[in-house]
Formats: sequence, C-alpha cells, structure tokens
Amino acid sequence: MIPAAFAYSRPTTVEEALQAIADGGDDVKVLAGGQSLIPVMRLRLAAPEVVVDLTRVEGLRGVREEGDQLVVGAMTTHADVLTDPLLAQYAQLLVQATETVADRQVRRRGTFGGALAHADPAGDLPAVALALDAEFVIAGPAGRRTVPASEFFVDYLTTALEEGELLVEIRLPKLAAADGWGVRYEKFTRVAQAWSIVAVAAAVRREGGRITEARIGLTNMGPTPLRASATEAALVGVDVSLETVTAAAAQAAEGTSPSNDLNAQADYRQHLAQVLTRRALAAAAGL
Amino acid sequence: MTQINVRVDGESYTDDVEPRTLLVHYLREQLGKVGTVVGCDTSNCGACTVHLDGQAVKSCTVLAVQADGSQVTTIEGVAEEGIGGALHPVQRAFHEMHGLQCGFCTPGMIMASIDLLKENPDPSETEVREGIEGNLCRCTGYQNIVKAVQHAAAEMRGQAPGDPDASPAAVDTAAAEHVVAQS
Repeated sequence: MIPAAFAYSRPTTVEEALQAIADGGDDVKVLAGGQSLIPVMRLRLAAPEVVVDLTRVEGLRGVREEGDQLVVGAMTTHADVLTDPLLAQYAQLLVQATETVADRQVRRRGTFGGALAHADPAGDLPAVALALDAEFVIAGPAGRRTVPASEFFVDYLTTALEEGELLVEIRLPKLAAADGWGVRYEKFTRVAQAWSIVAVAAAVRREGGRITEARIGLTNMGPTPLRASATEAALVGVDVSLETVTAAAAQAAEGTSPSNDLNAQADYRQHLAQVLTRRALAAAAGL
Repeated sequence: MTQINVRVDGESYTDDVEPRTLLVHYLREQLGKVGTVVGCDTSNCGACTVHLDGQAVKSCTVLAVQADGSQVTTIEGVAEEGIGGALHPVQRAFHEMHGLQCGFCTPGMIMASIDLLKENPDPSETEVREGIEGNLCRCTGYQNIVKAVQHAAAEMRGQAPGDPDASPAAVDTAAAEHVVAQS
C-alpha cells in the first residue's frame, strides 16, 4: 500500500522543526525513525496532511554525560544505543531492552525518542524509562519544559506532549555496576521480532548482601507502562536471596489492568508479570 | 513533487518523487531495480532490505525523499560489475548451500546477512538466526540459509569454510513417488 498524499517538511534545527509543526495546521505528524508511523500511514490508519521529518535535525542524535545524568538525544537510533559506550557503562537496562526491539533493520532507523513519544503499551522502552525515572525534555513554542516519566505516559498511545511540542532529550540517571546496580530486561514473546506480550525491566541495588533499592517497570500490563510498586517496596532492606525475590515478585501484578487480546488473556498476563519479575529480579540481583 | 539526488548501486540519479513514495517503489518503478522485492508490505518480512548509507533498512519503511543525498545499495549492486562479474561471497554461498527454495526472500536475506557480517565477521549459529530475525523465509526452515551465512563468513575471513562437513542439509531431490507414477 502507498500512504495518502502529504506535504513533507525536513527541518535542520529544532527551531525550524517547531516552526514547521506550527505552520502545519491541525493535522501534523512528526516523523522520527518512521518504523511505526510509516507502517500505519501505509495502511492508511494515519493520513496526516503534513509530515515533519526530524532525521536531518542537528543535535538530536547522540548521548552525552551531564553531571550524574546521561542525556540521550531523542533521535538517537536503537542501533546507536546498542553501540554507545556511555550507555554500556551506565544504562545496561536500556541496552538490554533495546536489543529486543523489533529486528536489525528496524533498529537502524527506529529511535529512542520516537518509541517513547509513540507510547505503545507493548513497546519495550517506555517501561525502561519509567523504571529509571527518566526525565523528558520537551521543546515547544514557549520554550523548554521537563516532565518526569511518571507524568509522561498518560494513556494508550498518549503522552504529556502537547500539540506543537517536540520531545528533544531524555535524561537518565547513571546506574553503575560499581555502585551495586544489577539490571535485567525480561521479555516474553512467542516469535521473533514480536511485540512483548509482557516484559519486565528490573534494576536492583545491592549493598552488603541486602537490597537497598529496586526499580521495576512493566511492559504491556495496562494502557501505559507501570511500576511494580508493591514489589519494589517489599524488596527494600531484605537479604539478597531467591526466597525474598520470589516472595516480592508475587505482588508484581498488583494494581495492573492488562488487556485481553489474541496474544493473551488478562489473568495470564498477570501470571506472566509475576514469573518474569521473579526471573528479572533474580538475574539483576546476581542470583 | 520533491527532487532527490541519490546514488544507487554506484550510479547517480536525480528524480522527482512524491513525498509519499516509498523507497522500494522508487527503486522498482522509477529505476527498474526490480531485484528488490515487496514481500509483506507490513515491515515484517525484510524481503525489501537494501543498504542505505551502508546500513540495512527495510525499503518499504523508508520514504524515497529520506534517501536524498544518500547511497543506496540493492541486491543488484553487490556483485562485481559487468556481465559475468563475480557474485558477492554471500550470494555465492546462498547458491552453494542451497539457501533458498522459491527465492523470494533471498534478496533481503542476502542484504541483511551482508550487514550482519560487517558487524560480526564470525557469527555463531544463534547469532546468525538473531541477526536475520527481520527476514522471513516461508520455504526453507532457515537451515540452509544459516549454513550459507556461516559459509560466506568463513570465506570472507579468508578461511576455508571451517566445517568440513558443511553442505546443504540432506534433501531427497528424487521426485516423489506420485510424480514418478505419472511419468
């Protein structure tokens, strides 16, 4: 299929991009890597009048260090994420999850920021951003604002991005193995290059045989990514052992509202969330 | 219409395209590069894989306007130039290892495999299978495709293929009985 006709804009700066979005009227779509947008345009599930392509915007691609944070440009591709030395050192959870996104060719084009702004509940990266308490830097006509991950994902395919705004950067905390952090992205799918039926992003900090902090993000357990808050709370201060991790993981599905679809029923997803959380925690804690 | 300048398989082109034109349609319909095929049209099957500035992409999921100023390599551009020019080692390996049946997925398989081998010149069987997970073959069950990629990898590393037993999976090519009965 061929997409419906649209007007095409290819800005080279963030300012030009914001202007192009403002000039585009009511029906503008921002094209990042295009690996979700082009397929839906091809199926005519989306038929925007104007497409603003960010692939040539300077300065949106790459990773840099700023104090105790990593700053990831929104147009950093998944393939970039997999080869970046800073992310390899401080954001292994993101690297592990990105390795499972789609396939080699899609990872060459698809972007971190695009996947987050698309906010598909079955997408792998929103749960990682949520578990890491990422900060989202959003540029708009009135300047820049920063939104915490806990407020960024609003609903199914819906984020805190307002009309006319653009996600430009994602700020991540550094979680270094040297500080006791262990991580694991545990994903359940049936076939290669499939979306997650359920997945769990876990980061665990250990100190002297005890868990001092746990961060757990759940993929596809509701219309937005969720934190497994009850499990996180149950892990603070406990001994690092399979028993404590298993007991805490039993609460992983609390407060979730997964969907029923052809891949899985809601109760099966809740079961999976517990199993995958146990596996992810055990691996992250080095058990 | 938007004007684009692209180099495809070593030749420069300047063309007007509609922004909605997919790269694969531009390659096939405007340039006649029909070696690159459209398989699923849903970004799953990888049959349309080409290299855009040296990286494997699904050309059904890239707009032709996005290739402006870029180099594109299709399956038609990987062999040595000229009639009778040597096939690319990966092409040759797919031939020798019988890494195809109907052949529809083959252009994409080869382009994805070349991309994989650039990054990982000596992939394990698992790494080959993961490396080409974006390419679907509905005939072969992948056995001979994986063998072909590993065979090519060995040759490209300048070694004799490491596994002396490497050969296509045994297939009884004799006609089935019911076919014989008809003759």
